[in-house]
Amino acid sequence: MTPRRKRLLIICLSVAGLAIAAGLILTAFEKNLMYFYSPTEVAEGAAPESRPFRLGGMVVDGSILRQPQGLGVFFTVTDYAHERVVYYEGILPDLFREGQGIVANGQLNDTGVFVANEVLAKHDENYMPPEVADAVAAGKARSGASDGTPAGNL
Amino acid sequence: MIAELGHFALVLALAVAVLQTVVPLLGAARGDLVWMALARPAARVQCLLVALAFGALVWAFVANDFSVAYVAQNSNSALPVFYRVSAVWGAHEGSLLLWVLLLGLWTSAVSYRSAGLPPAFVARVIAVMGLVSIGFLLFTLLPSNPFLREIPPPANGADLNPLLQDPGLIIHPPMLYTGYVGFSVAFAFAVAGLLGGHLDSAWARWARPWTLLAWAFLTVGIALGSWWAYYELGWGGWWFWDPVENASFMPWLIGTALIHSLAASEKRDVFKSWTVLLAIAAFGLSLLGTFLVRSGVLTSVHAFATDPARGVFILAFLGVIVGGALALYAWRGPGTLRGADYALTSRETFLLANSVLLSVATATVLLGTLYPLALDALGLGKISVGPPYFNAVFVPLMAPLLVLVGLGQEAHWKRDRLARLARPLRYPLIGTLVFVTGAVMMLDPGHRLEAWLGLALATWVVAATAGAIVQRCRARRQPWFALFTLPPAFLGQCLAHVGFAVTVVGVTLVSLYGIDKHVRMAVGDVTELAGVQFEFVGAHELEGPNYTGTAARFAVRRDGALLTELQAEKRIYTVRGMPMTEAGIAPGLTRDLYVALGESLEDGSWSVRLSAKPFVRWLWLGALLMAAGALLASRDPRFRRARARRPATLPGDDGARRAQG
Repeated sequence: MTPRRKRLLIICLSVAGLAIAAGLILTAFEKNLMYFYSPTEVAEGAAPESRPFRLGGMVVDGSILRQPQGLGVFFTVTDYAHERVVYYEGILPDLFREGQGIVANGQLNDTGVFVANEVLAKHDENYMPPEVADAVAAGKARSGASDGTPAGNL
Repeated sequence: MIAELGHFALVLALAVAVLQTVVPLLGAARGDLVWMALARPAARVQCLLVALAFGALVWAFVANDFSVAYVAQNSNSALPVFYRVSAVWGAHEGSLLLWVLLLGLWTSAVSYRSAGLPPAFVARVIAVMGLVSIGFLLFTLLPSNPFLREIPPPANGADLNPLLQDPGLIIHPPMLYTGYVGFSVAFAFAVAGLLGGHLDSAWARWARPWTLLAWAFLTVGIALGSWWAYYELGWGGWWFWDPVENASFMPWLIGTALIHSLAASEKRDVFKSWTVLLAIAAFGLSLLGTFLVRSGVLTSVHAFATDPARGVFILAFLGVIVGGALALYAWRGPGTLRGADYALTSRETFLLANSVLLSVATATVLLGTLYPLALDALGLGKISVGPPYFNAVFVPLMAPLLVLVGLGQEAHWKRDRLARLARPLRYPLIGTLVFVTGAVMMLDPGHRLEAWLGLALATWVVAATAGAIVQRCRARRQPWFALFTLPPAFLGQCLAHVGFAVTVVGVTLVSLYGIDKHVRMAVGDVTELAGVQFEFVGAHELEGPNYTGTAARFAVRRDGALLTELQAEKRIYTVRGMPMTEAGIAPGLTRDLYVALGESLEDGSWSVRLSAKPFVRWLWLGALLMAAGALLASRDPRFRRARARRPATLPGDDGARRAQG
């Protein structure tokens, strides 16, 4: 094989490999993107109904309701304009508590309850997920700001 | 007073760093040996000054000097003394100081271990590292000074983040940083080579041991981080594809490509442009990692402060350093297709494929990490890219890599034939297929195909490595004796490849067969998991130096026979009021049993996470083997011999002359 043809072959192989890789990557990327929605956006119907997404907000005081058996738990998240009930079954993170900003990954069910398969409250007690901070700010602006609700760790 | 001394030492260090950069560079350009000779002492003095500053900060922490704002924010008098020391790098300012100190240590090491290199080359290397040091010293002194006072001082400190109060976290950041910063040596070698215009195989030989060493540290650092997340975060996971993890993983991937490409550049004088680019990229990604983690763009345990000025500073610095290096590359880089010729079937081609695969892997991680940030910055929506993306992309990229590791080790340099290559590889191939098919039959039928694939690839690497050792020894007159005289570089390579395979075994089995169960348990309850019974024996109060909490005891039995007792804790760190989970783990080479407490429920029962993690230790064991292999290879006497021989063949500095002429 002449050096010229060899080089051509190497280039063709690399291009083919890169094309396959790019195809794989973009398909996986498209499939696994998760968009974030605030309770207000969910209430307005902006969130997808048959696809998982991320929901974030503050956990409403007194809204945590445990089932007497097992580890099922209901709670409500709010952006101070709208609320959404979340159901989760499993161990909640250490920093999950009322008034804390959280993000949940999951999907809406037929009755409009957000069924989470993962609840995130990050590592620091002062930490506020940035999406939640924005959502709460937007929600407050909508509902005419100060409604007297305790703001938690803002 | 001590804090002010530290601050002053840091300012002096900045002045020395400027000297260390400017004078040797001018000296190298003018061919002035005296100016060039300033590089070494300047580097050592700068390192000493930074060490003084670092010592001052350590002293402030140990002596509980809460008038220093940084100490007050990150320590407490109730904190045990070793955590007070590690709290120095527990947050932003101190970890930057550690960065600068490690950079100083690497530069000093270069100044001591570069006796045989051409003076102009050494001058340039040290000057480039000085330039990096200037950037980080400015960054430390201006937007993130750890020595600022807060008068009047608070009565006590706000305590170290409880997550960081852990032995693993004492050594994880220094290891990781040593690796990050170590890539600055390869970077400086590349830039110095570009400046001087001699990017030959000697250049690659000088850069190899340093790069291997840096890579070894980075490997250990990442493994420690993963191990820490496993036992400290209480989720039982070992890798989350969190952006912060990705930030350290990207330089590692490119660094892996770099050490392989350097080998080809040294041995065969090929891929020089590519190697230089990889060296720039490895350090660039280290800086990007620092930017991502420290700027507050990402929120996590690592992102301490969200000060936009800091992010802008690092980003600008990244632009100057990487942009400058790339511009220099465009201007003086080696011609594209120059260098020795090689056939399509040759070790060079396999190494090239290695580079391509690892670079593509890095690009996928980069995409998944930066795309959400870019989208958010542009106001186009908030998205997240979860682990499924990374898993879906990463596995198909790593599989061919593992196949190639086996082939590449056996292939000859320059020219080989597939038929020749097949001969020594048939026994490893047959052995792999028989062994793995047998082994997989013993596993659960659920995931046999995936398990077969992962185990076959790993076993193939081990078998082919063993084959390569046999081939090497056979070529000698006394094969058994030859086993003990194999060069360290080759043995290191084998060790690292086996380590890679060990990690792959761990990843495969723990991902496919790890079991996780969340249950509600009261005292006396028994739950069955993976063939063993966990009994909740009892709980008692816990009283630590700076925390209180509950400890729950679990008895683990198999068919009534007691295997082990585990204690899982839920701690409340009093100063911050922050709850923490301490998992109870029974480690084992083939399986870990893992218990973590969730929360206390109304009726006195607890939510409990029970896990069985088969072969999870192999992950970190493999990483240690890889690091040990790189360490061994970096000690190969060939690298040192080459250095000692160098002055005879390269008396003056051809680069300086070329720059003038």
